[in-house]
Amino acid sequence: MSVLVYTENWDGKFKKLSFELVSYATEVAKMLNTSVSAVSIGNVAWEELKKLGNYGASRIISIQSGHLATLDNQAYTSVIAEVSQKENATVLIFPNNNTGKAIAPRLSVKLKAGIGSGVSRLPLYTHPFTVYKRTYSGNAFAHLVINSDIRILTLAQNSFGITETPNNCVIENLSSAFDNSTGKTVLREGQKQSGKILLTDADIVVSGGRGMKSPDNWPALVELASFLGAATACTRPVSDEGWRPHEEHAGQTGKIIAPNLYIAVGISGATQHLAGISSSKCIVAINTDSNAPIFEAAQYGIVGDAMKVLPKLVAAVKEIKK
Amino acid sequence: MLPPAFYYICLSKAYLLYTAIVAIRHLLNYILENMKILVCISIVPDTTMKIRIGGDKRSIDTVGIQWIINPWDELSLTRALELKESSSGAIKSVTVIHVGTASSEPALRKALAIGADDAIRVNAEPSDAYFTAAQVAEMVSKEKFDVVLCGIESSDFNGSAVGGMIAEFLDIPSVSAVSDIKSDAGTVILTREFDGGKEEVTVPAPFVAIVQKGIAKEPRIASMRGIMNARSKPVRVAEPIAIEPLTCIAMFEKPEARPGCRFIDAENAGLLIELLHDEAKVI
Repeated sequence: MSVLVYTENWDGKFKKLSFELVSYATEVAKMLNTSVSAVSIGNVAWEELKKLGNYGASRIISIQSGHLATLDNQAYTSVIAEVSQKENATVLIFPNNNTGKAIAPRLSVKLKAGIGSGVSRLPLYTHPFTVYKRTYSGNAFAHLVINSDIRILTLAQNSFGITETPNNCVIENLSSAFDNSTGKTVLREGQKQSGKILLTDADIVVSGGRGMKSPDNWPALVELASFLGAATACTRPVSDEGWRPHEEHAGQTGKIIAPNLYIAVGISGATQHLAGISSSKCIVAINTDSNAPIFEAAQYGIVGDAMKVLPKLVAAVKEIKK
Repeated sequence: MLPPAFYYICLSKAYLLYTAIVAIRHLLNYILENMKILVCISIVPDTTMKIRIGGDKRSIDTVGIQWIINPWDELSLTRALELKESSSGAIKSVTVIHVGTASSEPALRKALAIGADDAIRVNAEPSDAYFTAAQVAEMVSKEKFDVVLCGIESSDFNGSAVGGMIAEFLDIPSVSAVSDIKSDAGTVILTREFDGGKEEVTVPAPFVAIVQKGIAKEPRIASMRGIMNARSKPVRVAEPIAIEPLTCIAMFEKPEARPGCRFIDAENAGLLIELLHDEAKVI
C-alpha cells in the first residue's frame, strides 16, 4: 500500500506547489499508516528529485522518456496508472491546476477510483474515506465520501502549506519501461511567460478592478506589486475591456487563487470575483464606496481613492524594506 | 526498348495510386463535411445567487433558485456555433447533451434558442462525475460525434472531471484548459493553457476538448427568432445506462465566517503596511 503523488516539473525544476503536494501526501500517508511514493515525468536531475525526500517522500519514480515531452493526457494517464499499480497505491494526489485537471479525471476512470477535486484539508475520516472540498464556487463546502478502494485527490493550491519531514528516499529510474508510450497530441508551437511572477505561484497579489478608472492608472498598482514582490491580477470587466491581459483575470471563470495576501484595489467584490479569491489568507480592500461587498470579505479596508492611496502604500513598503 | 507490359504496369500502378488518393480525399471530405459537434451542458444555480444549505444538510435549498447554463458550457456552445457558421457546411451539426431530470428542459430550450440544432437529455439525476461522464460517453459512442466540448468546471460542484472521464471511457484523446479552437484547412487546432504559458496542439478526431475562459468572448444571447425556432427543435430523451457512482455527498457546510474588516483612514494609509507586516505577518 502507498500514497502516490504526481510531482509536476517546470523545465526540470519543482515548484512550491510540488513540495506542498508531497507535504500533504505525507500527512495522508500517516493517517493510513503507509508511505509516500512520488512520480515525476520529464527530465529532472537527480539532485532535484532528491529534494522531494525533504518533504517526506520515501520512493521517487522518475520517468525521463523523450516521447513524453509534450503533455498527452492519454499517455500520461497510462504511465501513471501503471506506476500506481506497481506501487500498490490506494490514494493518488494531484495538484488542482490545469495539469492535474487534465490527468486525474482520466485516471479516475482507468483505475475506477473516485475523485475528490479541489480538496483543501486533510481527509476528514478514512472510514468511510471522506474529504473536504469546495463547492458552489466557495459558497459551500462538501464532505464528500469516496466509496472506491482507490481514491484520487486534487489539492487546492496553497491550502495546506509546506512541512519538512526529511526522509532517506530511494530514486528509481523507470524510463526504459515507458519507451513505447507515445501520445497522439502533436505540439505545433508554444509560448511561455518570462520574467513575471506567475499569478498562480504568487504569495502576494495586487489586483485592480474597474474602480481603477483607466488602464493609464495601472502603473501605480504595478509599482506597489513590484515593491511587494507580488503578481498583478484584475477582475473580469478589466480583462474583457482589454485593459489587462486575460491571464490576469482572477475570479470564477478566470483563475482561482489563494495567495497569503490579496490586495483588491477598486474592486467592488461581485460574487463571481470573490469565488476566485475568497480562499486568500488575508484580503485587503481599497475602494471609494464603503458599502462595497468586498469589505465583507476583507480583513483590512481603506475607504478612499486608489490613486491617492497607492503612492502612500508604496512609500510605506519602501520604509519597511529598508 | 522496354516491353509494353512495363508501361502497362506503370500506368496501372499510377492509376491505383490515383484512385487511392481520390478515395482518401473523399473520406477526408466526408469527415470534414459531416463533422458532428457535441456540447455538454450542466445546469447550475445562477452564479450571483446566495447559496443556502437545505434542511437535510446534503443538498442546497432550491427555493427561489434561478437555473442557468453553466458559464463555461455557455461559452463552449457559443464557440461551437461560431465554428459551424464559418465552416461553410463542413460542420454538420451542433448537438447539446445534458444529464438531468425533466426540470432542466427550460435551460435546454435556451441552448436550442441560442442556436444548437438538437438536444439530448439523459433522464437521470447526475449523481457524480463518474456516473454523468458514463452517460455522455454512451451517447457519443452510439451517435458517433467527432468533437465533444465540455466546460472545464461546473460552478456548482467544481469537480473539473466530466470531460476527461468521457474521453477515458471512450479511449479517445482529450485536451484540457483549451482557450481557443480554430480550424485551419480542415485541421482543428487547439490552444491550451498551463501555469505560465500556452501552446497550440492537434489531436486526431474524435476527441474531447475541455474548454476554459477565452474560448469565446461573450456568451451568445438567444434572439427572438432563435426562441421561436427552438420550439420546433427536438429534445430527445434517453434512458440512463446502469452504472454505480463512486462518490456521494455526506453533508454541506457554510464557509468559515470572516473575522470582520478593520478600517484604516485613507490619510494614514501607510499604517496598513505596518499592520500587514506586524499583525497579519503576510509581508
